[in-house]
Amino acid sequence: MDVIAWSRLQFAMTAAYHWLFVPFTLGVAMVMAVMETLYVVKKDEFWKKTAQFWMKLFAINFAVGIATGIILEFEFGTNWSNYSWFVGDLFGAPLAIEGILAFFMEATFFAVMFFGWDKVSPRFHLASTWLTGIGATISAYWILVANGWMQNPVGTTFNPETVRSEMASAAAFWEVISNPVAVSKFFHSVTSGWVTGGVFVVGISCWYLLKNRQKKFAKASILVGSIVGIVGSFAVMLSGDASGVHAAEFQPMKLAAAEGLEDGGRKAAFTIVPGIKIPGMLSILATHDINGFVPGINDILNGYTDNEGNEIPSVAEKMAMGREALVALSIYRTTDDPSEKAEARYALEENVQYMGYGHLEKPEDVIPPVGVVFWAFRFMIGLGMLLLLELLVVGFLAWKDKLEGKKWLFIAALVCIPLVYICGQAGWVVAEVGRQPWTIQGLLPVNVAISSLSAGAVKTTFFLFLAIFSLFLVIEIRILIGAIKKGPETPNE
Amino acid sequence: MSYTFLQNYWWFLIALLGGLLVSLMFVQGANLHLGNRTLSDLQKRMILNSTGRKWELTFTTLVTFGGAFFASFPLFYSTSFGGAYWVWVLILISFVFQAVSYEFQNKKENLIGSQSFRVFLMINGILAPLLIGTAVGTFFTGSDFTVNKVAITDPSAPVISTWGNNWHGLEAVLEYHALLLGCTLVFLTGTLGALYVLHNVDDKAIHAQMRRSIKIDLLPFLIFFLSWVLILLVRQGYAVDENGTVSLEKFKYLHNLLQMPAVLVMLLAGVVLVLLGIWKGGFTQSRKGFWFTAPGAVLVVMAVFFLAGYNNTAYYPSYTDLQSSLTIRNSSSSPFTLQVMLWVSLLIPFVLAYIVYAWRQMDKKRITPEEIDSTPHKY
Repeated sequence: MDVIAWSRLQFAMTAAYHWLFVPFTLGVAMVMAVMETLYVVKKDEFWKKTAQFWMKLFAINFAVGIATGIILEFEFGTNWSNYSWFVGDLFGAPLAIEGILAFFMEATFFAVMFFGWDKVSPRFHLASTWLTGIGATISAYWILVANGWMQNPVGTTFNPETVRSEMASAAAFWEVISNPVAVSKFFHSVTSGWVTGGVFVVGISCWYLLKNRQKKFAKASILVGSIVGIVGSFAVMLSGDASGVHAAEFQPMKLAAAEGLEDGGRKAAFTIVPGIKIPGMLSILATHDINGFVPGINDILNGYTDNEGNEIPSVAEKMAMGREALVALSIYRTTDDPSEKAEARYALEENVQYMGYGHLEKPEDVIPPVGVVFWAFRFMIGLGMLLLLELLVVGFLAWKDKLEGKKWLFIAALVCIPLVYICGQAGWVVAEVGRQPWTIQGLLPVNVAISSLSAGAVKTTFFLFLAIFSLFLVIEIRILIGAIKKGPETPNE
Repeated sequence: MSYTFLQNYWWFLIALLGGLLVSLMFVQGANLHLGNRTLSDLQKRMILNSTGRKWELTFTTLVTFGGAFFASFPLFYSTSFGGAYWVWVLILISFVFQAVSYEFQNKKENLIGSQSFRVFLMINGILAPLLIGTAVGTFFTGSDFTVNKVAITDPSAPVISTWGNNWHGLEAVLEYHALLLGCTLVFLTGTLGALYVLHNVDDKAIHAQMRRSIKIDLLPFLIFFLSWVLILLVRQGYAVDENGTVSLEKFKYLHNLLQMPAVLVMLLAGVVLVLLGIWKGGFTQSRKGFWFTAPGAVLVVMAVFFLAGYNNTAYYPSYTDLQSSLTIRNSSSSPFTLQVMLWVSLLIPFVLAYIVYAWRQMDKKRITPEEIDSTPHKY
C-alpha cells in the first residue's frame, strides 16, 4: 500500500474509533440531563442517584472520546498537509470556532458536573450538566459544518495567487454554516447519538432486570432511555431523508453507489436487497418526485442531463478541462511574460470548476467501492429500523409496567447495544467511503491531499494509534462492565 | 479593517492562546510529583484530584490553539504538522495517554495497573513541555522545509510543503538553542505545577515538598531561560522586507526587542511576575505565588511569539530555502476568513468569564482527604 492508502486507513481508523465514543457522549448526556432535571424538579434523591450512575459511565467513556478527537483534529495537518493548505481558509474556521465555543463549555462544565455536587447550587449544577451536553452538541455542529463543506463545498472560490480555495466573501461564511448538507448531517449525527445513548441505557437496564437487581432504577432508566432513543430515531429518519435528497443533488455518485445503480433513469427503483426492488421509490426518495431523474454510475461517467435541464459533462470531459486548468495554473505561477500570464489566467478561470478532476488518472476513479457503500447503507437502515422497534417495544412495556419476566426481551435489548454501534459505523462508511475519491467533493481528490511522508512512516503511526486506541477500548469496556456490575447507589428495590 | 491589521490581530490571539496553554500546563508540571517518593499514596491522590479537575481546560486550550492556528495561518498547519511529523505525533500521543489516565488509574479493571497510568501522566509532564517548547524554539532556529505552491499541479509529487529530511522534526532536539527553550518550559511548568498544588491542596507535608521543589527548580530554570534569551539576542534572525523577501539579519531579535519597546516591557514585566511568584511560593509562607507566576508566564510567552512574528520577521523560517519561510503575511487565511474569525473572537471574553466563574466556584474548597471522599466522582 502507498502513503495515500495508509493515510486514508489511518484517518478512517481514527474517525471510526472516535465515533464509538462520541454518540455515547451525545446520547447519555441527554439521558442524564433529563434525569437530573427530574431530580431538581421532584427533589427526589432517587433521580439524583440514577443520574449519577449514568454520569459515572459517561465519564469513563468521555476521556477516550477526547483522546481520539485530538488525534483527528491534528491528523488534518500531519497527514493531509496539502488539504490543510488548500482548504484551510474555509475548513479551519469551524474547527477554531468549535474550540472557542464548544470545547471550553464542555470542559468547564464537565468539571462542575463531576466535582461540583457540594460546591454549587443544585440549579447551577443542573445547568452545568445540560451545558456539558449542549457543549458536546455545539461541537458536533461545527465539526459537521466542516464535514458538510467537504461534501458540498459552498461559498468558495479558487485563488491562483495563493493556490487555494478561499472564502468568497464575508457573507459566504453564512453559506458555509447554513450549508444544507451540514445541517442535515448535524441532526442526523446528533440524533443518532441519542439513539445510541437510548439503546445503551435500555440495554444495560435490561441486564439489571435479567439479574433481578435494581428494578426500580432499571425501569426508570428504561423510560427515560427509550424516550430519548425514540425521539432520536424519528429525527434520524427525517434527517436521513434530507441527506438522501442532498446526496442526489450534490453527490449523485454517492447515491448511485449506495444503490448499486449502474444505469439510472426516471421512476428509478429502490433496491431493498439485490433482487427485491420497489419501483419508482428511489426517484421519490432522491428527488421527492416519482418522475425525478436519478443518474446511475454509467450516466455520471458518460454525462447526462439533470432535473434542472443542465447538461452534466462526462467525467472524461471534466478531466480534460481539469488538466487544462492545472496546466494554466502552472503557467500562471511560473511565467514572467504578462500576456502569457493573462492568457493562462483566462484559461484557468474557464476550466477551474473541474480542476479537481485534472488530478484523476482515469474516469473510473470517480467510482467509490460500490459493494462497501451498498451494504453499509443497508446495514444502517435495517439496523436502524430494528433498533427503533426494540425501543418502542421495551419503552411501551416499561410504560405499562409489563416488563416483568420477559427474559428474551432483556437479552434482545442487550444484543442491541453492539448493533447500535454497527449501525452508526455503517452510516459513516456510507458518508465517507461513498464520497471517494474526493476529500473535497469535486475539488480535491485524496491522492493530492496528502502530506509528503513515506508510506512506512504513516504505516508506523497507523499501527501505533491502532494499538493505543484498541488498548483504551478494551480498558474502557472492562471498567464499564466493572461499574455496571457494581451498580448504582439507588436502593436495591 | 486592513488585511495587515487582521493578520496582526490573529497573531496576537495565537500568542495569547500559546501563553494560556503554557500557564495551564501547570497540570503537566504538577503531575511530575506523582513520582515523589516522600509523598504517601493519599497525598499523591490529592495532587491527582487537584490537577484532575483542571486538565480538560489545558487540553482544550491545546486543541483550540491548534484549531486557531489552522484557521488563521493554515500554511503553518500544513507545513509544520505534516513536516515535523514525529514531533507532533509524540506530543499528541503523550496527551492522549494523559487524557485517559486520570479516569483509568484508580480503577481495578484498568488492565495495566495504576502505576502505569501515573507513569503516563509523568511522561506527559516532561514530554509535553519539552517538545512543545522545542517546537516553538524552532521559530527562531529555523527548520528544514520548502514550500512550492506550483507543486500541486504536478501529479507525481503534488505536495506543496515538503520536509527536507526523514527525521521529520525530531532533528530539532539536536538544535541546542531550540532545546534550551524546551528545557526552560519543563522547569517552568514544573514550578507552575508546584505553585498550583501549594495553592489548591491543604496538606502541610505536600506544601513542604512543593516549596522544596520550587527552590530546586529555580536554578535550572534560570540557567536554561537566561541562556536561551542571551543566545536569542545575539543570534541572526530571519527578516522580511516589503516585497516578502526573507534575508538573514544579524541581531534580528535584539533589534525586534529594541524596536518594539512594548514587547520589551511585556517580557520584563512577565519575568518579574514569574520570579515574584516563585519567591512567594518557595521562600515565604504565602500560597498565592501561582497567581503571579501564571500571568507572568502568559506575558513572557506572548512576548516570545511577538518577537518571532512581528516587526517584519519570519516566524517559521526555513534554513533550507529562505524564501520558503513562513511569515504572518504569506501564511495567513484570506481577509474574509480572518474577519469572520475576528467577530467570533469577540466571544472570547465571555468564554473566559464563565471559565473564571466556574473555576472560582470549584476552588473555593481546597483539596483535602475529606473533600475527596465527599465527592461522588474522584480520581
